[in-house]
Amino acid sequence: MPLDFPLFPEAASTMAGQVDAIYLFLVALSAFFSILIAGAVVYCAVRYRRRSDDEIGSNLHGSLLLEIVWSAIPLAIVLVLFFWGAKVFFAQSRPPADAIEYTAIGKQWMWKFQHPDGQREINTLHVPKGQPIVIKAISQDVIHSLYFPAFRVKKDVIPGRYTTVWFEATKTGSFHLFCAEFCGAEHSLMGGQVVVLEPEDYERWLAGGAATAQAPEEAGRQLFDQLACGTCHGEGDGGRGPSLHDIYGEEVRLVDGRTVTIDDQYLRESILTPAEKIVDGYSPLMPTYQGQISEENVFKLITYIKSLSPSPEDAAEANPAENAASAADEATEETL
Amino acid sequence: MSTLITDSSRSNYLNAAYGIKSWLLTKDHKRIALLYLVAVSIFFSVGGLFAALIRLELLTPEGDMVQPDIYNRLFTMHGVIMIFFFLIPAIPAVLGNFILPLMVGAKDLAFPRINLASFYVYVVAGILGVWALINGGVDTGWTFYTPYSSMYSNTQVTLVAMAGFIAGFSSIMTAVNFIVTVHRMRAPGLTWFRMPLMVWALYATSIIIMLATPVLAITLVMLMLDHSLHIGIFDPAQGGDPVLFQHLFWFYSHPAVYIMILPAMGVISELVAAFSRKKVFGYTFVVYSSLSIAFLGFLVWGHHLFVSGQSVYAGAVFSILSMLVAIPSAVKVFNWTATLFQGSVSYQTPMLYALGFIGLFTIGGLTGVFLATMGLDTHVHDTYFVVAHFHYVMVGGTIMGYLGGLHYWWPKISGKLYPEFWAKISALLVFVGFNLTFFPQFIVGYLGMPRRYHAYPPEFQVFNVLSTAGASVLGLGYLLPIIYLTWSMRYGKKAPANPWGAVGLEWETASPPPTFNFDDDPVVEHEAYDYHHRPEEPRVA
Ligand code: HEC
Ligand code: HEM
Ligand SMILES: [Cu+2]
Ligand SMILES: [Cu+2]
Repeated sequence: MPLDFPLFPEAASTMAGQVDAIYLFLVALSAFFSILIAGAVVYCAVRYRRRSDDEIGSNLHGSLLLEIVWSAIPLAIVLVLFFWGAKVFFAQSRPPADAIEYTAIGKQWMWKFQHPDGQREINTLHVPKGQPIVIKAISQDVIHSLYFPAFRVKKDVIPGRYTTVWFEATKTGSFHLFCAEFCGAEHSLMGGQVVVLEPEDYERWLAGGAATAQAPEEAGRQLFDQLACGTCHGEGDGGRGPSLHDIYGEEVRLVDGRTVTIDDQYLRESILTPAEKIVDGYSPLMPTYQGQISEENVFKLITYIKSLSPSPEDAAEANPAENAASAADEATEETL
Repeated sequence: MSTLITDSSRSNYLNAAYGIKSWLLTKDHKRIALLYLVAVSIFFSVGGLFAALIRLELLTPEGDMVQPDIYNRLFTMHGVIMIFFFLIPAIPAVLGNFILPLMVGAKDLAFPRINLASFYVYVVAGILGVWALINGGVDTGWTFYTPYSSMYSNTQVTLVAMAGFIAGFSSIMTAVNFIVTVHRMRAPGLTWFRMPLMVWALYATSIIIMLATPVLAITLVMLMLDHSLHIGIFDPAQGGDPVLFQHLFWFYSHPAVYIMILPAMGVISELVAAFSRKKVFGYTFVVYSSLSIAFLGFLVWGHHLFVSGQSVYAGAVFSILSMLVAIPSAVKVFNWTATLFQGSVSYQTPMLYALGFIGLFTIGGLTGVFLATMGLDTHVHDTYFVVAHFHYVMVGGTIMGYLGGLHYWWPKISGKLYPEFWAKISALLVFVGFNLTFFPQFIVGYLGMPRRYHAYPPEFQVFNVLSTAGASVLGLGYLLPIIYLTWSMRYGKKAPANPWGAVGLEWETASPPPTFNFDDDPVVEHEAYDYHHRPEEPRVA
C-alpha cells in the first residue's frame, strides 16, 4: 500500500483548472460554515450547560432579522455558485468549433474508439496534446458513461442516441479512463487509459497503424455502394429519394409539417428508422435498416454523408462558384 | 421535575393483554410501532450485513473476495433494503406511529385497522424482497436504470420491483393515517401553530409520500412489464426511451430523500428543545422550511441527470432549484444552533445524537451544493463523492435522528430507562466510526473513483482501507444499542412519566402509556416547548 497518497487528482485538461477552482472554493466555504456551526454548537453547549436539575432555558424564541440574514446570505452564495457552475458546465457541454471528432462505441464491457483517420483502438485512446477533441459516442447495449477524471469530464453513453464529450489535453502522459455508469457484471473493468502524446508523437503513432486504417468517409462510401443506397439517392433531386448532397446542417421539412435540422442524430434515425420522419415530397419507400447495420457502419455512413456537405469555409476555398450554386439549390428546395 | 414512578400493576399498553395474538392483531398504534421496530431492525441488520461484505471486498483493489456478479447483488440489495425497507419506514412507522397520537393528544391514529394493514403490507413486501434475495437477488443498483434492468439483467428485477411497489402502499397507508389524524384529532387547544415540530415534519412527509409514491408505483409497473414481457417502453431498440426511466424514477426518488430526512429533522427539533429546555428558535420558520422543502423537493429531480444528455437549459433550471432547497435546510441548522443559545443544555445520549446530526447534516447538505453546481457535478457524478454525500445525509442524518429519537422516547415506549453509560459509548462510536467510514470517500470520489466498482486502481486503496476500518467501528456502535435496549426491556430501571423534564403531551401520561394514551382527555393551553408554563405534575392518576 503506497504511503504517500494523493488528495487531488491529476489536472490534465483545459477544463481541470476551472472545475478545481469551484471545488476549492466550495471546500473553503464548507470548512468555514462547518467550523462556524460546530463552534457555535460547542460554545453554547458548554457556556449554557445545565447547572441544576430544574433549570430551564431563557424565553428567547426567535428573531425575524436573524431569519432574514441567514436566509439571504446562503441565497446569495448559492446564486453565485449556480452561475459559476453553469458557466463551466456550458463550456464542458459545447465543443469548440475546431474540435476534431473521434467516435466511441460502448458495449458490455469495452470501449471501441475510432480516430478521424480511421485508426481503431479498444479501451485505450491516444490523443494529441493541445488539440480540442470531441468524442461522439453511442452505446450498443445498456447505458455506459465515458469518464476521464484527469480531464474532469464525463458523459453518459446511451443506446439509440449520440452524446458527445470534449476535452483539450494539456499534459502528456497516461490517465485513467473509466465507465462511470453501472452496466453489469464487468462494469469496474470497463476502462483503460487515455494516452496524451505530443502532436508529433501522435502523428508518428498514427502512421504506425496507417496500413490498416481506412478513412471513415472512404469506408462509408464503399458501404453506401454495397448497400445500394445510391439506387434511390442520386446526385441531384429527381431520384426516388432526396439527394444527400449539401444537406448537413440544413433544415428539412417533413410531411407532417415539422421542420428539423439535419444533424448526426437525424441522419442516424433516417437510416435506421426512416419511417419515423419522412421528408416532405417523398413517399415512405426507404427500407428500414434497424438491426442490419452495426453502429460502426452507421458512423461510417454518416461520416460519408457529411462529407457530401462540405462546410461553407471548405467549400468557399475549394470552389466559390459551386458554393453559390448550392445556395441556389437550397432556395429551390425550400419552395418544394 | 417529576419523580412519579409508574406503578407496574397499573394497566398500560404493554400489559393490557398477553399472548402472540394480542400483538399480531393489535390495533393499538403503540403496539404496531413495536411490530415495525422489530421488522425494521431485522432489515437494518440484513442491510448492514451486506454493507460489511461490500466493505470487506473493497479492502483490496483486486476483486478477490467475491465474484463481480455477487458484488453487484450485494450493493444492490444493500441499497434496496436500506432505502425501501429501513430508511423510509423507520422514523415514520416506528417513532411516528408511536408518538404522533400522543403528541396531538389523541387516543390512537384515525384509522387503526389501516395502520395494522399497513404493517402487513410492509411484511408482504419484505417477504417478497427476501424471497427474491434467496432466489438470486438483483444486480441493477437500487436505481434500476434501464435498459440494463429491463432488457439485460437476468436477475429478480420483477420480484424486487414488485416488493418496492407493494412497500409503497404501506407508506401511503401510513401517510393517509397521519394526515387525517393531524387534521381531525388534535386535542382541544392544539392549534396548528402550537403543534410540536415533529408533528409538522411527519405531516409534511406524509404529503410527499401521498403525491410521490404513486409515480414510483407506475414506474415500477412499467419496469416489470418491460423486464418480464419485453414490451419496450424503455428499450431504444423498440423505439422506447431509456432515459425516460431516469426522469420517472427520480421524480419519486428525489422527494423520497426528503421522505427520509424530514422526519429526522422533526426528531432533532424535539431533542434540541428538550435538552435545552427552551422553545425552538424561529418555530414558524422551521415549520415553513419543512413545507418548502416538501414543495421544492418535487422540482429538482433533474439534478441526477446533468450528464445524461439532458438539455443544458433543463440542467440549469434543475441546478438553480436544487440550490434553493439548500436554503430551508440551512435555516433549520441555524435555528437549532440558536436554540442552544441561552438554553439549559444537558448531554444525555439523545442530545449527543442531535448534536452529531447537526454537524453531519451540515456537511451532507453543503456537499449537496457541490453536486448541484453543474460544472463540478460533471466530474463527481457517479463517483464516491456522491456516495459520501448521501451517506452523510441518510446515515449521518436520518439514522442519527432515528437513534436519537429512539433513545429519547425509549422510556415512554418500554417504560424502562436504558443504561446511559453504554448509550453514550455507542453514540461516540457511531459518530467516530461514521466519519472514518465516509469522509475518505469524498476524497477518493474527487480523485475519480467511480461508484459501484468491484475492483479499482491501487492508488485508491488507502482511502478504502480507512473506510473499511471506520465501518467496523460504526458496526460496533450500531450493535450496542440493539443489545442494551433489548436488555433494558427486562432489566432496565423503571422510567418515570417524564424522565427528561421535557414539555409535550407525550410526557404528561404514564410510561408506558395506557392503551388509550391518556387517562383524562388532554387540553392544550400553551405553545409547543413552552418551558415557562411547565405543568407542575404530570397528569397521571
Ligand atoms: C428504396 C429507395 C431507398 C433506398 C434503397 C435508400 N433510401 Fe434513403 N431515402 C429514401 C426516401 C424515399 C427518402 C425520403 C423519405 C424519408 O425520409 O424516408 C429517404 C431519405 C433518406 C435520408 C434523409 C434525407 C433527408 O434529406 O432528410 C437519408 C439520410 C437516407 N435516406 C440515407 C440512406 C442510406 C444511407 C441508404 C443506404 C443504406 C438509403 N438511404 C437507402 C429512399 C431510399
Ligand atoms: C441540501 C440539499 C441537497 C442538495 C442540494 C442535494 C443535491 C444532490 C445532487 C445534485 C445529487 C446528484 C448527484 C449526482 O448523482 O451526481 C444528489 C444525490 C443524492 N442525494 Fe442529495 N442533496 C441534498 C440533500 C439530500 C438529502 C437530505 C438526502 C437524503 C436524506 C439526499 C440524498 C441523496 C441521494 C440518495 C443521492 C444519490 C442517489 C443515487 O444516485 O444513488 N440528498 N444530491
Ligand atoms: Cu459501466
Ligand atoms: Cu436528488
